[in-house]
Amino acid sequence: MTAVARLVDLTKFYDLGAVVVKALRGVSLEIPEGDYIAIMGSSGSGKSTLLNLLAALDRPTQGQYILNGRDTSQMSDNDLSVVRNSDIGFIFQSFNLITQYTVLENIEVPLLYRPGYPPITARDRNRCIDVANQVGLGDRLDHRPFQLSGGQQQRVAIARALINDPAIIMADEPTGNLDSKTEEEIMQILTDLNNEGRTIIIVTHEKSVAQRTSRQIYMKDGLIAGEGIFPG
Amino acid sequence: MSFSRFLRTLTLALKSVMLHKLRSGLTMLGIVFGVFSVIAMLAIGEGASSQAQKQVLELGATNIIVRSIKPPDETSSSGQSGQSFVLRYGLTRKDLNVISETIPPILGVVPVRELTQEVRNQQHTLNSRIVGSTPEYLEMNHLKMAQGRFLTDKDLDQMANVVVLAYETAQVLFPFDNPVGRPVQIANRAYRVVGVTQDRTASAAIGGSLSGQDYNKDVYMPILTLQSRLNTGDLFIRRTQGSFSAVSVVYDQITLKVGDTDETTDDRDLVIPTAEVVRETIRNLHGEGKNDFAVVVPLELLKQADQIRKIFNIVLGSIAAISLIVGGIGIMNIMLATVTERTREIGIRRALGARRRDIIQQFLTETIVLSGTGGLIGIMMGLLTPAAFVGIQLFVDAYVMDKSTGTSDIGRLFSGMEPQVAVWSLPLAFGVSVAIGIIFGTYPARAAARLDPIEALRHE
Ligand SMILES: Nc1ncnc2c1ncn2[C@@H]1O[C@H](COP(=O)(O)OP(=O)(O)O)[C@@H](O)[C@H]1O
Ligand SMILES: [Mg+2]
Repeated sequence: MTAVARLVDLTKFYDLGAVVVKALRGVSLEIPEGDYIAIMGSSGSGKSTLLNLLAALDRPTQGQYILNGRDTSQMSDNDLSVVRNSDIGFIFQSFNLITQYTVLENIEVPLLYRPGYPPITARDRNRCIDVANQVGLGDRLDHRPFQLSGGQQQRVAIARALINDPAIIMADEPTGNLDSKTEEEIMQILTDLNNEGRTIIIVTHEKSVAQRTSRQIYMKDGLIAGEGIFPG
Repeated sequence: MSFSRFLRTLTLALKSVMLHKLRSGLTMLGIVFGVFSVIAMLAIGEGASSQAQKQVLELGATNIIVRSIKPPDETSSSGQSGQSFVLRYGLTRKDLNVISETIPPILGVVPVRELTQEVRNQQHTLNSRIVGSTPEYLEMNHLKMAQGRFLTDKDLDQMANVVVLAYETAQVLFPFDNPVGRPVQIANRAYRVVGVTQDRTASAAIGGSLSGQDYNKDVYMPILTLQSRLNTGDLFIRRTQGSFSAVSVVYDQITLKVGDTDETTDDRDLVIPTAEVVRETIRNLHGEGKNDFAVVVPLELLKQADQIRKIFNIVLGSIAAISLIVGGIGIMNIMLATVTERTREIGIRRALGARRRDIIQQFLTETIVLSGTGGLIGIMMGLLTPAAFVGIQLFVDAYVMDKSTGTSDIGRLFSGMEPQVAVWSLPLAFGVSVAIGIIFGTYPARAAARLDPIEALRHE
């Protein structure tokens, strides 16, 4: 298996003037294609910071992050945007749908920002519908987020993350706002996606979530404290 | 930017604007009124100027009009009762000869003597203005013949007893038959009708300097015929407050046509200097301080009207500009609030791959849609200005009209104004409102794009 992503001695410091918060203090990690990772650890250990770097939402203070063979640590804001659009699918704890848009329109948003701005074709639209069907939202295309339950909103977010066929899907506590039954459903969708060969990284507190993944990384004080592999 | 992408951005902006209809509507108001006032102002200015232009062309842009006026000093002194004397004033034959022979740029001279008399054809009568003049009167006043001919030099030389009737005069006196060749009675003498002029609408007065002329009720006759037959040797007896006074006027008006025979200079450039020479010449002939004539230069009236219009435009233009700037600030204020309100949306878009310039474009387009729509509404309101003036006139005529005189001051004020929407002001107004959107939208859009995606996502 080839590595989709590789972190080399990644650090992230927040300079607050009086103090410097060392959120990451040197993280190295290889993420092979098709990997299914859970990042765990106590609050404040640096999980979100690491995921934001992985999602190209931020640049490291030092170290390298090589995604699809390209080093993102020195990229311009513009190039990082392109990386986020083409290579990353992001799923948030609070869903983060655009409230005035319908389900279909929300799924389309990443298509608006494709490099070169190609027009949205009938084929693109069909793909949106296919993806919506895949997450079980085929009959809700015209609904708006406030008309949907939390689990349904998270399905929209998953569909949106899939639409540009990213190299890695990142999820920051995707089930943190959901009940256990819905958590179960969402995790099933993610597991199915992994079984199709997609690389997925999930930040989570829940053991039940971590047990679904094939690789668990434990963080502490901005470092990887340990790694365990549960049998798939 | 490709067309489909432009369309997409525009649709997105329209959607956002439509999401808060009331807020968007209120935000636009400043621009709406700004643009409306710009267009209405220009329409009123344009209307006034074209009206002035029309009046001046009617009077002749290269004409100089010299009129006899009753000197104010003499009028007051003649008030003593029991005295009788002859008051001679105004333009004389000598004036006419000197002017036409010694001032080179003057190509034509048309003297006029006017009287009001009853004109009769059997039982049909009309109180007409009898205009004594020369054959050139026709062309000088842009009159056209409907039937027969106008006065000729031969009529003038022979002091022929002939008249030309104006359109309405002919209609009143000869309602059923052709007047040409028929006689009319004026002061118990018969005159043969040789022609009828075409209908011509009255020219309004400019700035009160010249009374408006209603050419349609005139009767034209050779000036010498009028002076000898109707005027009893220029003398004209009037009775005032128990005393008799005789007034003697030779010409009421002399119209001078200015032109340059060599065609090198613009005739219009000659008008004002020539008018100055004419004024000097007559003043020397009449003696200092007599003040019994006035020189009116239509071209000068046009210049004055233009001057007034310019001042008007500057004043109203500044008001409109202030209103547009205030409108722009209003839009900027709302857009800054919108950026704060939509910080999370901005974060989501950034996380999904929107670049800074996509965000700038989105918010800028939204601002331009707001200001541009405001501009369009303002333009539509501006287009209604002429109709609104007609409406005001009708309203005033119906409700505010002074019943005793049949007119109203307000009505007259508005009837004098016929706004014409200047076509070029429409794209200009739209362009300005779009520019306002760009100017006042850039800062909020940049503020939106500067947001850090992670911070923006954490917002709320
Ligand atoms: N933007 C920031 N500015 C300053 N400190 C930050 C910022 N983001 C995160 N931190 C700090 O970095 C550390 C790691 O945070 P985070 O990655 O959010 O932890 P986790 O997600 O594991 O709870 C914490 O101490 C947090 O306070
Ligand atoms: Mg966190």
